[in-house]
Amino acid sequence: MSDTVRPETEDALAAFVAEADSKALPLDIRGGGTKRALGRPTQTGATIDLSGLTGITLYEPSELVIAARAGTPVADVEAALAENGQHLAFEPMDYRHLYGMNGGSSTIGAVAACNISGPRRIMTGAARDSLIGVRLVNGKGEAVKSGGRVMKNVTGYDLVKLMAGAHGTLGILTEVTFKVLPKPEAALTLVYAGLADEKAREAMSEALGSPFEITGAAHLPGDPARTLLRIEGFPQSLDYRAGELTRDLKRFGTPERLETEASETEWQAIRDVVPLAAPTERAVWRISTAPTRGPAVAAAISNRIDAAYYFDWGGGLIWLACAAEGDAGAAIIREALGGKGHATLVRAPDDIRAAVDVFEPQPDALMALTKGVKTTFDPGGILNPGRMYAGV
Amino acid sequence: MTLIAMPEADPTVLARRADIVKELKRFLPETSIIVSEDERRAYDTDALTAYRQLPMVVVLPETTEQVSEILGFCNAEGIKVVARGAGTSLAGGALPAEDAIVIGVSKMNQVLDVDFDNRTARVQAGITNIGISNAVAHAGFFYAPDPSSQLACTIAGNVAMNSGGAHCLKYGVTTNNVLGVKAVLIDGTVVEVGGDWLDAAGYDWLGLLIGSEGQLAIVTEVTVRLLRTAEGARPILLGFDRVETAGACVSDIIASGIIPVAIEYMDKPAIKVCESFAHAGYPLDVEALLIVEVEGSDDEIEFYLDKITAIAEKHAPQSLKVSQSEAESAAIWKGRKAAFGAIGRVSDYMCMDGTIPTGQLPHVLKRISEICESYDLGVANIFHAGDGNLHPLVLYNMNDPAEMVKVEECGAEILKLCVEVGGCLTGEHGVGIEKRELMTHQFDQVDLDQQMALKGVFDPQWLLNPAKVFPLANRPKPAQTGQRVAA
Repeated sequence: MSDTVRPETEDALAAFVAEADSKALPLDIRGGGTKRALGRPTQTGATIDLSGLTGITLYEPSELVIAARAGTPVADVEAALAENGQHLAFEPMDYRHLYGMNGGSSTIGAVAACNISGPRRIMTGAARDSLIGVRLVNGKGEAVKSGGRVMKNVTGYDLVKLMAGAHGTLGILTEVTFKVLPKPEAALTLVYAGLADEKAREAMSEALGSPFEITGAAHLPGDPARTLLRIEGFPQSLDYRAGELTRDLKRFGTPERLETEASETEWQAIRDVVPLAAPTERAVWRISTAPTRGPAVAAAISNRIDAAYYFDWGGGLIWLACAAEGDAGAAIIREALGGKGHATLVRAPDDIRAAVDVFEPQPDALMALTKGVKTTFDPGGILNPGRMYAGV
Repeated sequence: MTLIAMPEADPTVLARRADIVKELKRFLPETSIIVSEDERRAYDTDALTAYRQLPMVVVLPETTEQVSEILGFCNAEGIKVVARGAGTSLAGGALPAEDAIVIGVSKMNQVLDVDFDNRTARVQAGITNIGISNAVAHAGFFYAPDPSSQLACTIAGNVAMNSGGAHCLKYGVTTNNVLGVKAVLIDGTVVEVGGDWLDAAGYDWLGLLIGSEGQLAIVTEVTVRLLRTAEGARPILLGFDRVETAGACVSDIIASGIIPVAIEYMDKPAIKVCESFAHAGYPLDVEALLIVEVEGSDDEIEFYLDKITAIAEKHAPQSLKVSQSEAESAAIWKGRKAAFGAIGRVSDYMCMDGTIPTGQLPHVLKRISEICESYDLGVANIFHAGDGNLHPLVLYNMNDPAEMVKVEECGAEILKLCVEVGGCLTGEHGVGIEKRELMTHQFDQVDLDQQMALKGVFDPQWLLNPAKVFPLANRPKPAQTGQRVAA
């Protein structure tokens, strides 16, 4: 067990990191503690607990912008937005189901640091697309800022994007600013039954290529298989779009309709990987590829190992569960992808996550840049060392 | 004498010019090397035409491999490189240096692959922005970011500057619409980042490269996200007798839960010039005009326009007019997109590009008029109101050196104002040379040092577009690893 430090200001955090850097003390960065099992296991000398850095620092509903200190629970941010009929459009996934946790709350900083999005990513972009400003403390204990509170900003390099998905290996986020959107008044999901994977992919491609603004397209194989298409907006418009879609997709059958609340329940489960949460001892992979390759990739994997899977993002995102043995299917999965996409091992015991590449291995040139960039932010290699890649 | 200085050219590089040209012929056809002064003249500026500099030599490679050879050579020889798309940068992003090789990507302009099922297109970087949309329009698709210069500007330049456009209120800017790139690093290494899938692996290289103003790598291929064209779109024109009222109307529209595809703003001087150019039916007797566009089916458009009309009416608009036909809509947009060009015919101008929180619109517009008045310079305002991205065009006479200094000072004051109210120096045009020395107003040295350290990782000798983005003072010392041939 290592010591835990709970700074309450960015200055205190910066001072502590500077000291840790001088002592070569590796630091584990903790927000709400809901994603401890995401990434490679790390060996650290102290834990930085960000639960002391909380609070919404700016919220201007008429400017579609919210800023909060990194340790603020996502639930607090979402509640403040809901009061004004707004939301985080990228629909961040909640990892607690996957990791079998009941309590705790993810923080808004972790949503940014891990670039966590959900089904609506196909329409509104990922967390990184809504993230417009960050403050961070780098591994030298320097407070650095990038971006700001305005929608359009190309002033200097986009360190905001670089922070999104760096899993705390480049800097400790202290404050994040997101663009937000009005929450749609209503949602409607069309559910097609009994489509084979490739047929479902065709239906989803056709829907996503329509002008009817699909905000969710998922396919759950099974008996019967279910293919879900979500549209959102004001009620009158939903009727019209559902009608047009049903007509255009007639050859795929007659869909069942789920209204707002039932629709929300379905998509929350898809977002949070509830279908694969049990059995809890199985490994879970998150695989991103082009939608048209999704079914073939899933088939290539499940022909060789016992795997359960479903598709989000029109077929482009495969959630896949398999036995947590050996390399948990890593070699077979990455062979099936053939370099055209990437696979992340999001759930597996520590020993497996220590032994296999949790994140997609990078080509040599990009790995060299990864190490070079890491060195500029964190020359001592003290921030979440090894969380993404060994030696980074 | 202008305020924006360029670094001294390296005389040892200039002295080797003939040898350098000879070396370039080893891996480039003669038709791809531009040596004569007359022909180089075509590359001596971009859309920030007040600044000119003949480059040492211009090359127009046809393949990624050639770009790789050129960069490998330049890196080994310690020769500076300025990448160039169509040269439409308003910030001087493509301004050459006297001792630099300009690499123009205009010959690499092909669509390589269109995939409607996955809604992506892979293109060479020299294709024009509109060229992508034109290649997919037959199937009802388009590429969303639409800079005003979209007929000419290249996707290479869009990637370098993270370009936006009028419709990014709904669809985002370049960085939100690119899924993958093929890029050449300064040592000639070719890297591929992302592809036709969402969210590239590892650190967000796409996010870092897009908007890095040609300082980290040269992009030769781009995979973009295609979107399906909406069933229909219609603009409404809202004229107000006060700037403040127009600003308040913008805030109310956004707060109401509607995100139009565009909310554009023009002030009286801009309206007058654009109307005489496009005959779009803009009202001439108003102080401020909003073009608000919504899209969807006929019913959806009707619904949104009703809502917007109700909001606007609370602000007692002087005029309110919904476009009645496609021809009328086209004329409305023609006037807006041609605005910079139309004003350019009346006067030289410096186009500012700050972004501000939209709640500050009335205050900032008032301050802009006061600032311009204090310099005795005219101003026309045309901008993206929905996202607070301002484009004050400060009018001046380019041939009067005193006015040149005045306009630079005036522009700097406007941009500092944007930062003061919580905004930024540039929303979509980039820093280039124009805003380079103002960066310290938005960033502390520690912020700039972090950014410059990244440049050092990609380009240790600082050869790629080096005179741009960062103030010339307080830069790190570039590495001296280049093996120079004997002079």
